[in-house]
Amino acid sequence: MAQSEAALAAFAPEPGRSLWQDAWARMRKNRMAVFGAIALAIIAAASVFGPLVWSHAYEAQDLVLGASPPSATHPLGTDKLGRDQLARILSGGRVSLLVGIAATAVSLTIGLLWGSIAAYFGGRVDAVMMRIVDILYALPFTIFVILLMTVFGRNFVLLFVAIGAVEWLTMARIVRGQVLALKRQEFIEAAVALGLRRRRIILRHLIPNVLGPVAVYTTLTIPAVMLLEAFLSFLGLGVQPPMSSWGLLIKEGAEMMEEAPWLLLYPAALFTLTLFSLNFVGDGLRDALDVRASRD
Amino acid sequence: MALLEVEGLRTAFHTRHGVVRAVNDVSFRLERGETLGIVGESGSGKSVACLSLLGLIPRPPGRIESGSAQFDGTDLLYSAESTLRGIRGRRIGMIFQDPMTSLNPYLTVEQQLVEPLLIHGLAEGAEAHRLALAALKEVGVPDAERRIRDYPHQFSGGMRQRVMIAMALIAKPDLLIADEPTTALDVTVQAQILDLIEREQRQRGVAAILISHDLGVVADVCDRVMVMYAGIVVETAPSEALFRAPQHPYTRALQLSRPARQAKGTELYAIPGLPPDPMQVLAGCPFAPRCEFAIDDCVRGPIHLEPLPGGGESACLRIQRGELEFEGVARALSQ
Repeated sequence: MAQSEAALAAFAPEPGRSLWQDAWARMRKNRMAVFGAIALAIIAAASVFGPLVWSHAYEAQDLVLGASPPSATHPLGTDKLGRDQLARILSGGRVSLLVGIAATAVSLTIGLLWGSIAAYFGGRVDAVMMRIVDILYALPFTIFVILLMTVFGRNFVLLFVAIGAVEWLTMARIVRGQVLALKRQEFIEAAVALGLRRRRIILRHLIPNVLGPVAVYTTLTIPAVMLLEAFLSFLGLGVQPPMSSWGLLIKEGAEMMEEAPWLLLYPAALFTLTLFSLNFVGDGLRDALDVRASRD
Repeated sequence: MALLEVEGLRTAFHTRHGVVRAVNDVSFRLERGETLGIVGESGSGKSVACLSLLGLIPRPPGRIESGSAQFDGTDLLYSAESTLRGIRGRRIGMIFQDPMTSLNPYLTVEQQLVEPLLIHGLAEGAEAHRLALAALKEVGVPDAERRIRDYPHQFSGGMRQRVMIAMALIAKPDLLIADEPTTALDVTVQAQILDLIEREQRQRGVAAILISHDLGVVADVCDRVMVMYAGIVVETAPSEALFRAPQHPYTRALQLSRPARQAKGTELYAIPGLPPDPMQVLAGCPFAPRCEFAIDDCVRGPIHLEPLPGGGESACLRIQRGELEFEGVARALSQ
């Protein structure tokens, strides 16, 4: 009893702090989320700054060396062309994280606006907007990307756009569901009764209230996007060697799993760690952003 | 000229199962500074009537079929959305039933209090903050300087309703509509909130419409009471007169049903039967099937709300003909 009260007290936000301060306080109490955030920060920092400091370049080949196990000069070994695996993982992290973040940002923006507008206006607007989503859903992703690549040429930026353009569909559906439930709440009606414009109601009253589930889904989208990038790279539509990405490295590692297991092990471990961390952070974010969670 | 004059308002909901005539030819007027109570059971159309005025009924399925509502020279029913937006929150404030859900959980009380000021261009920045703080103090929120930065979930139900009242009044409207403002609250808090609404409204000379299903609540606060049943007005009267001599069998039955009136140990009085199916169109008086005084003419209709010598209005045929007279169901109120 005393313990649960103490736990409640710990969760009760202190008065007079902003939503973000409150969220931050709750987030800090969640050990897994903190662990995830720290792990992500280290991985991101290593990917951004690592290639600048590390003595080996990711594309420098040493054909004589070939695939060699971890050693003093190459701590994570080398691939079959003798390229330093650590350098490739670090620069691959740049690509993977960038794709993950950029494509997710694209999908987040479109999905959030599309879903909340459809649900808020309802009726015919909703029907038309969601049918468009359905149609795009039915479009085979691979064909869509191949089409994009053949029309606009192979382009790194296009990769973000292509992935983002596919990923926003689910986001739109999730947001729509949330908004549908929300818009019957009295505070939305109260906002109308105060004379607010629709735009202000959507931006100020609806969207902040769907941020919880959206934050969680976002952290799930980032890994999904990174996997998609790996898939595209595998088809030769994504990142091209000698550039690397985690997806590409895992694919190459899988091909040489028996002769050179370290080629698969390290990128796969790092990728897994990143995905786990993102999930922990997502869970933490959901709890932290839900001001209502501390009601009871 | 009256502040608000509603004539022949009809609002219907077109559902898959048929047309629900929620408000069926309702007329009333409200002077500046006057308090009108609208009483009726669930589904009697009291809320829909008021929401129709502000254009707040969901359309579709809702539709305002006919009528007019002159508010200080503007017909609310035929105004453009932009005109209505300028009236909502600025000239007509609204308080909702459930204070737990009528505040946005993600914004601080201050952010919500200043919203009417900002969107109607009445004040901004430090001035808006000052007004918000003053409004919060005015409605009796203790430690307002600190509490204004809190979130709604840090407030109790009664305190939230105080915030809602402050929000509804902050733009100094001419009319305040309170839709069952105390229904979701504790009994002990109800009286406080009612007192607050009454005090604010009298001080500022704001006209008010108080919607309630509790006759006692309405009688304490309002100058005049309008009783609704199945989408029509069955009686209007000054609240004193309504209690002294109800002019409609339904009003009388409502009064008889009040637990406060019954002796301990006796069985509570209940009106027999159920309200009519709102999808059915009735020729006569909707209360006739449940009315112990009903005669054939009541069922056959038509019925109209007609002024009575005493200053009120009644829709009861037999009252209008002088065949019925209810003597005072004594005014035994909460005080």
